[in-house]
Amino acid sequence: MDILNKLLEMIDFDAFLASLPYMGKGMLGIFIVTVIIVVFVNALNNIPEKTKKDRK
Amino acid sequence: MADLLANFATLEWKQVAMWIIGALLIYLAIKKEMEPSLLLPMGFGAILINLPNSGAQHVIDVLFKFGISNDFGELMPLVLFIGIGAMIDFTPLLTNPKLMLFGAAAQFGIFFTLCLASLFGFDIKDAASIGIIGAADGPTAIAVSMELGSKYIGAIMVAAYSYMALVPLIQPPIIKLCTTKKERLIRMDNTQGKTPSKLTKILFPIVVTVIVGIVAPDAVALIGFLMFGNLIRECGVLNSLSETAQKVLANLITIFLGITIAARMRAEEFLTWETLLIIGLGLFAFIFDTFAGVMLAKLMNLFSKKKINPMIGAAGISAFPMSARVVHKMGLEEDNQNFLLMHSIGVNVSGQIASVIAGGLILTFFS
Repeated sequence: MDILNKLLEMIDFDAFLASLPYMGKGMLGIFIVTVIIVVFVNALNNIPEKTKKDRK
Repeated sequence: MADLLANFATLEWKQVAMWIIGALLIYLAIKKEMEPSLLLPMGFGAILINLPNSGAQHVIDVLFKFGISNDFGELMPLVLFIGIGAMIDFTPLLTNPKLMLFGAAAQFGIFFTLCLASLFGFDIKDAASIGIIGAADGPTAIAVSMELGSKYIGAIMVAAYSYMALVPLIQPPIIKLCTTKKERLIRMDNTQGKTPSKLTKILFPIVVTVIVGIVAPDAVALIGFLMFGNLIRECGVLNSLSETAQKVLANLITIFLGITIAARMRAEEFLTWETLLIIGLGLFAFIFDTFAGVMLAKLMNLFSKKKINPMIGAAGISAFPMSARVVHKMGLEEDNQNFLLMHSIGVNVSGQIASVIAGGLILTFFS
C-alpha cells in the first residue's frame, strides 16, 4: 500500500503531457532518417558492378 | 586488534546490500551466463567500491573520469563501438533494405518510456536517459545518459544489460500476445535477393554516417565510430585491424567498462527508490520495443501482397544477435521448416543503427 501511495505521489501528469511531443518527433525523425537510408541503399544496390571484362 | 577492526566498525548495512547485489550479478553472469562479460565486472566492481573506505574508489573514479564521463567524450563506449561495428555484417540488411523500417519501429519503447518516466516525476533529461534503456545497446545508453548528465547511470546500466540478457525470456510472451498462430506460421521467401556489391558494402557506412550526421549532429560520434569499425571490416585491406577491433579492442574495453560503471554503484547513490523504478521502467522499454516492431509488420501485411511473418519485427531491438535468434527459434517451434534467421538478423542489425539514431535524436532534443 505504501508503494502504491508513493507511486501516486510521484505522478506528474503535466510532465507526461509535455513529453508526448518528443515521442512524436523522435519516431518521426527515426522513420525519416531510415527511409532516406533505405532509398540510398536501393540506389547503391542498383549501381552496376564493373567486371574485369568491362574494364578491359 | 582495535586498529584492525576499526574499519569494520564503519561498515553500513547499505554496503552489505550492495555486496549482495554484486554477488547476484556475478551469479547471473556465471551460472546463468547472462551478459557475463559485463555483469561479472559490474558485480565485482559493486563489491569493490562498497567496501568501507575502499582503496579502489580512487582508481575507479579515475577510470570513470577518463573512460566514461563526458569530460573526455565518453571514450570507452565510443571506442567499443568500433569493435561492434567491425563485428556486424550488414549483408542481410543490404540485401533487403526495407527491413530497416522494423528497426525504426522497435525504438518506440525508448520514447514511450521517456514519457512514462516523465509521468513518474523524473526530470526530462533523466527520463530520456531512462528511456534509452530501450535502445538495448549498452554503449549508446552510457553515452547518452552521460551526455545528459544523468545521476542514475548505475541503475540504467544494470537495467540495460540485465534486460539484454533476458531478451529470450522477455520477448516470446509479448510476441505471442501480439500475434495469432496463423501469423506466426507465415513463411517468408528465403531465396537470396541481389547480393550487395563490395562497393555497396564500403559506401554504406560512409553514407549512413553522413545522413545521420546531418539530421542528428549529436549522434555523429556514436554512428561514426560504429560505421568506422564496419568500414575497417568491409574495405578488405585492413583485415588485421578488423580482427583486432573485433576481438582485442572490444575485449579490452569491455573488461574496463563493466568495472568502471561500478563508480556509479555506491550504496548511497544506488539503493534508492528511483533505482527500483528505473529497473521497472526499463522492462517497459523492452516490452514496447517488441510490441511496436511486431505491430509495424502486422500493419505492413495489410497493404502488402508478400506477407511478412510479424515476429521478425520484434528483432528490431538492437540486442544483437539474441533477439534474431529468439525470433528464429520461435519460428521453428511453430513450423520446423520455417527459417526466419536471415530476415531476423537483417532486422536485428537495422535495430543497431536505429538505436544509435534514436540516441542521437535524444541528444539533439535535450543536450
